[in-house]
Amino acid sequence: METVTLTIDGMEVRTQKGASILEAALARGIYIPHLCHHPDLGPFGACRLCLVDVNGRMLLACYTPVAEGMKVSTETGALASIRKMTMMLLLNDHPSDCTVCSKDSKCDLQKVSAHLGITKADLAILRPARRENPVDTSNPFFDRDLAKCILCGICVRTCDEIQGAGAIDFGFRGSKTTIATLWDRPLAESNCESCGECLVRCPVGALVPKGAKEPSREVRTTCPYCGVGCQFFLGMRGNEVVSSRGYRGSPVNHGELCAKGRFGHSFVNHKSRITKPLIRKDGKLVKTSWEEALTHVATRLAGYKGDAFAALCSAKCTNEDNYVIQKLARAVMGTNNIDHCARLCHAPSVAGLAQSFGSGAMTNSIEDLLETKCFLAIGTNTTSAHPVIGLRIRKAVRNGAKLIVANPREIELCRISDMFLRQRPGTDVALLSGLARIILDEGLEDREFIAQRTENFDEFRKSLEAFDTATVERITGVPAEELRHAARMYATVKPAALLYSMGITQHSHGTDNVLACGNLAMLTGNLGKPGAGVNPLRGQNNVQGSCDMGGLPNVFPGYQRVDSAEARLKFEKAWGVALPSKPGLTLTEIFDGAINKAIKAVYLVGENPVLSDPDAHHVEKGIKSLEFLVVQDLFLTETAEMADVVLPATSFAEKDGTFTNTERRVQRVRRAIEPLGRPDWLVTCQIAKAMGAKGFDFQDPAGIMAEVASLAPQYGGVTYDRLEGPAGLQWPCPSKDHPGTPILHTAKFNTPSGKGKFVPLGYIPPKELPDDEYPFLLTTGRSLYHFHTGTMTRKSDGLNVLHPREFLEIGPEDAGRLGISDGERIVVSSRRGKVEATAKVTAASPPGVVFMTFHFAESRTNLLTSPHLDPVAKIPEAKVCAVKVEKA
Amino acid sequence: MEEVLGRFKGSRGELIGILQAVQERLGYLPERAMLRIARFTKVPESQVFGVSSFYAQFRFKPVGRRRVMVCQGTACHVRGGAKILDEIEKRLKIRPGGTTPDLEYSLDTVACIGACALAPTIMINKDTFGRLTQKKVGDIFGGTPEKGGE
Ligand code: SF4
Ligand code: SF4
Ligand code: SF4
Ligand code: FES
Ligand code: FES
Repeated sequence: METVTLTIDGMEVRTQKGASILEAALARGIYIPHLCHHPDLGPFGACRLCLVDVNGRMLLACYTPVAEGMKVSTETGALASIRKMTMMLLLNDHPSDCTVCSKDSKCDLQKVSAHLGITKADLAILRPARRENPVDTSNPFFDRDLAKCILCGICVRTCDEIQGAGAIDFGFRGSKTTIATLWDRPLAESNCESCGECLVRCPVGALVPKGAKEPSREVRTTCPYCGVGCQFFLGMRGNEVVSSRGYRGSPVNHGELCAKGRFGHSFVNHKSRITKPLIRKDGKLVKTSWEEALTHVATRLAGYKGDAFAALCSAKCTNEDNYVIQKLARAVMGTNNIDHCARLCHAPSVAGLAQSFGSGAMTNSIEDLLETKCFLAIGTNTTSAHPVIGLRIRKAVRNGAKLIVANPREIELCRISDMFLRQRPGTDVALLSGLARIILDEGLEDREFIAQRTENFDEFRKSLEAFDTATVERITGVPAEELRHAARMYATVKPAALLYSMGITQHSHGTDNVLACGNLAMLTGNLGKPGAGVNPLRGQNNVQGSCDMGGLPNVFPGYQRVDSAEARLKFEKAWGVALPSKPGLTLTEIFDGAINKAIKAVYLVGENPVLSDPDAHHVEKGIKSLEFLVVQDLFLTETAEMADVVLPATSFAEKDGTFTNTERRVQRVRRAIEPLGRPDWLVTCQIAKAMGAKGFDFQDPAGIMAEVASLAPQYGGVTYDRLEGPAGLQWPCPSKDHPGTPILHTAKFNTPSGKGKFVPLGYIPPKELPDDEYPFLLTTGRSLYHFHTGTMTRKSDGLNVLHPREFLEIGPEDAGRLGISDGERIVVSSRRGKVEATAKVTAASPPGVVFMTFHFAESRTNLLTSPHLDPVAKIPEAKVCAVKVEKA
Repeated sequence: MEEVLGRFKGSRGELIGILQAVQERLGYLPERAMLRIARFTKVPESQVFGVSSFYAQFRFKPVGRRRVMVCQGTACHVRGGAKILDEIEKRLKIRPGGTTPDLEYSLDTVACIGACALAPTIMINKDTFGRLTQKKVGDIFGGTPEKGGE
């Protein structure tokens, strides 16, 4: 680091080259008044309060870089009077209702005013010329009172430089200058993403949270929503969660949060939480004691030991919760019938990437994405589903990285993309193989990598014969020229990271899609290097962890196969019981099994399959056919209402544990308030103990993690002590002295041969395509403001305001032809069912394709979707089905 | 619109040029056009609006068939230009920058139209009207001024 020495007010100050005078002074503890400077943002020079004297000239300290030998005075008579004048002009515009302003005592305007010694007499000569701005209360989380705005531009720059949303800018000019959205509309009507990043940086009371309550204490923990795993300080007053503040020390989010993580926690204290166990008596669910509920569950379950039982664990619950659930299923109930909703999102990633690379997880780290020079984002609406990862992409693109978006819908990222490939839904194998073929034809492959690190290349090359550019253009609808351009960009701009999500996996050929991603990355040598890789973005907060913990029918914790005698022996020894060797049923098969009476009892934790699973009628029928259903959840969900026993669980705020995020990072969840129910791990252990099982006497989650570490090699070195650090630990972390692994496959792959495996593929069209009767292709996804089936987010009032109803997005031409206008109620039907929704006419939907999310109980999108399964991963084809659309 | 955009590459630096060209074609900058320009240049829509609202030359409302420009230059000011403006505002029931709902008139103020000898003056499209009085304004625009209007 090059350093520079200068003197400030006669004091020698040594600082980093390139720093501004203001930064140098502040770092040394010398205060220079300033209002428009923010350490996260570039210099702006708007407030003009930071004037200093440099070798006799007056310069802005925030804008002037330090230089060797520079002599700076921060106080002179001239400076004081100029600053005072500047400040008076600001105060002239500013309302003086400080005592009732929620920024009172934390306001920078007050601070500067006090520093400059502005007196009442000074204010008396002002002639207030206040701007008239009604307070914008449209955003559900914070208000904008622009009469208090000092036009420092911090919010504008935050929204642009940090959030990359660009929802606001300076509008108009002269005395009318204000912070405006497009058309100076209320914030809620703009493209604001409600991240609140501007809110936390506004130096005055112009942006203030609604109903703000200062927390009386804070606890650092992990966001319970998506797989990004942002770290924040949860703020409490008594037993109520009142705030959340991003943790700047985290390599995951560096203090940034999305709307859900910052404002989405009111579900914790929601009045509809269940706090007492419920038991079905005479057909009705009635309150009961824990004693009775647990004894009843234990007695009934004892009658269903073996393969008549199935457990569904949860990607929302902690690793420790999931570990004991699968242990209960395997060691106590004697069956491998255990699965969870990963089946519905990333089972193909686990299956496909295990085949290609030997390890089914994101190869690189989130932080890595800042080093990426070219992104191929396929089937991921990152800014909606994984907002903080979306920020990394936006930032890298700002710094010059290329971005190729491949998606049937015009998603937000297209605004900043270099290329937008709009493939027809379900044609990803053709698209990816077509790109691979062009790369080979043009000789752009990484020969060295292929020769040294991979196998099966020749077969793969042969399989590409079917994917000449003309054919691929015909199948995908992407013009040949664009295919060529994209292939060249991805192959030559390195490192290139491939990111994907459910747009790749939720297909009847989801595993093939994943394999095609692996092939393309190996072909270009984009593996095992910073900024490269194949990166499945996992949906739920702990979907990675619940797979790691063996919440899958074919593997024990740590992906050790149940049909391997060696692995079984290891677990039998550890658990002291004989274990079943037959892989169990998958989620979808469990409901089939229920219908044909093979499955009679189910223990279901933290899931709501009646809403989340494709072909919901079928699921409902399965659940109704069960003899005994136990549901453990925070709320009386649609599924819980059908249960025989409902056990009140606890949210992330009420228990200790760990979540493993999408980049394999194990992070702590910390108890912040008194539990309203009982921690899930404890409930499961109590059921097991009531059944007379051994090996469930855990004192706390740390004890469970110790057992996990002794059995799952990836977690070998994970202990709660080590997780106290700011970054957690990224698996594989095989031993106590291992630092964890940010990038997989750097030297060799995890496959038996140590080489990456190319897999030849063919194109298989989606199982259900539009026809005369059902002319539209329905594809599903999620909204920025809701999460999964909405059991949590829909309990947050603010998030509901932003996305209150289910919308069906339809392109303008199609809507015009059907005579449907924006906002009209419509009926969508498929071969399996129909739902009502509100039409949203938008060019984001290409002709012939309509889009819905699946967060709403009133419009159950999953009544429509197709049950066709991927043959390997058994994931249902939620992304493609044929529907018709009519006026309601 | 697409034809106008076809003349540009879509870079950020062209923003003002694009806004001018689009305004020339459409007469003003409707919201749809701004959204399209934002997409075309990859500049956030708030910034497109920020830039266009900064410059006085851009209009956000359609222009009327007759564009009335009321001179507020020095000579006209001295000879009662403000009263003339007042009278016109009352008769058309719009303020400077506005357009009548039937799209017949739009109203603007200008600084000196170079006919000071005729002050106070107005221009309607290309025609100049001078030595105006409140009565003459009535003859030109018809309608009755509403008492105590704006
Ligand atoms: S709203 Fe706050 S952050 Fe934005 S310009 Fe005004 S004072 Fe600065
Ligand atoms: S909340 Fe986020 S997106 Fe909205 S204006 Fe503020 S910074 Fe921009
Ligand atoms: S990006 Fe995901 S983990 Fe981060 S705050 Fe938002 S929902 Fe939570
Ligand atoms: S801090 Fe330097 S001009 Fe505002
Ligand atoms: S001042 Fe009105 S025409 Fe010159």
